[in-house]
Amino acid sequence: MCLGIPGEIVELSADRDDLAMVEVAGVRRAVNTGLLGPGEVRPGDWVLVHVGFAMSKIDEAEAAATLELLRGLGSAYTDELEALASSDIT
Amino acid sequence: MRFVDEYRDADQARALAAQITALCEPGRRYQFMEVCGGHTHTIYKHGLEDHLPEAVTLVHGPGCPVCVIPMGRVDDAIAIARHPDVIMTSFGDMMRVPGGAGSFFDAKAEGADIRMVYSPLDALKIARRNPDRRVVFMAIGFETTAPSTAMTVLRAAAEGIENFSVFCNHVTILPAIKAILDSPDLRLDGFLGPGHVSTVIGCRPYEFIPGRYGKPLVCAGFEPLDILQSVHMLLRQLADGRAEVENQYTRVVPWDGNQRALEAIGEVMELRPYFEWRGLGFISQSALRVRDAYAVHDAERVFDVPGVRVADPKACQCGEVLKGVIKPWECKVFGTACTPETPIGTCMVSSEGACAAYYNYGRFTRDRVKEATRA
Repeated sequence: MCLGIPGEIVELSADRDDLAMVEVAGVRRAVNTGLLGPGEVRPGDWVLVHVGFAMSKIDEAEAAATLELLRGLGSAYTDELEALASSDIT
Repeated sequence: MRFVDEYRDADQARALAAQITALCEPGRRYQFMEVCGGHTHTIYKHGLEDHLPEAVTLVHGPGCPVCVIPMGRVDDAIAIARHPDVIMTSFGDMMRVPGGAGSFFDAKAEGADIRMVYSPLDALKIARRNPDRRVVFMAIGFETTAPSTAMTVLRAAAEGIENFSVFCNHVTILPAIKAILDSPDLRLDGFLGPGHVSTVIGCRPYEFIPGRYGKPLVCAGFEPLDILQSVHMLLRQLADGRAEVENQYTRVVPWDGNQRALEAIGEVMELRPYFEWRGLGFISQSALRVRDAYAVHDAERVFDVPGVRVADPKACQCGEVLKGVIKPWECKVFGTACTPETPIGTCMVSSEGACAAYYNYGRFTRDRVKEATRA
């Protein structure tokens, strides 16, 4: 729950300015971007996702390092990914 | 992998360790607390304590939100969940946390409708789809997750989803650090500040720690080199006779935090006069509750909450682990009666708890320590 998972913004929502499709470790999910503000994220940007919300923008190097660190956590990470995969916040 | 190497490079780690050793004053011992459970994880997983000179000890702090929830709050949540029209929703981490009379999993087995969610927004969606049910979200976490709960309440209010409420257990990290600094149990020389909490609150709120207590704090990232570098920055300050707030994790943590997140929390929540922390007892102004304006979304007002107080099991020493007074393996039940499969205390439940991290990664170190003590 405390784990911030890095994801890449792949698409902005056409109807809502606080919603974006994010790809996280191969899983594509809607994420709320309201905490970063409208116009702050674009496709190709990396964000740190906490419980369905993009909390901060990060660069690709930080994203790669964080993902590697998370993979090393084993089940704590896979449980979080599973939970994310079943999430639908649209 | 090219990105990862720069945070894991073994030569750099050795070089940093040598610089850390050089900064230690001969004969002096240093104790630094890593406040965040994520740091504890990295330290155990990479055996960082073995890279540090003997004079430097890392002490694990209270920064695991699941671990600090008192048993009575679990019982209160289960009491709410037992209403026949209620759907209780919770992060997976909370499901196995034992209350005085069982966990969410136990209550679910007995027929309560308790569902795991990834995000409070998932809980809101369940409420939207089940207008005839009352949906409660078990909100836990430090400032990292509080903005998400606040944003979800704002959305519920905007959409008029009145069957959605939150059982608010959000806590704030600063009063806990203050309680530890005021406690006579422990002498600390500085802090590794929590990286993710700091993305929300920024670095400024920590200034009372050097200001009032004369201790340095460095906001630290989660990679092994981040932690070594942060320890180096703390020792550098002490060697220079300085005590300041510094930011090692500038790649993610802005000095002023995330203003939108802070505004969302401030709009929806206010400080409670006091809140009970597992192991630390009652700490004033250390937790958040829902403001009057959003009372319809506050489970503590929608339901009659029993307000149970349950003493921790006698054998459990989570309190001392959370305050850094003892190491996980020094607890009487660690690894015997208390394991991740059958946890007695919260520190063993959450993957971010010091005991679970130690159980999973620390056995070799522990065994070595035991051997050394025997010899």
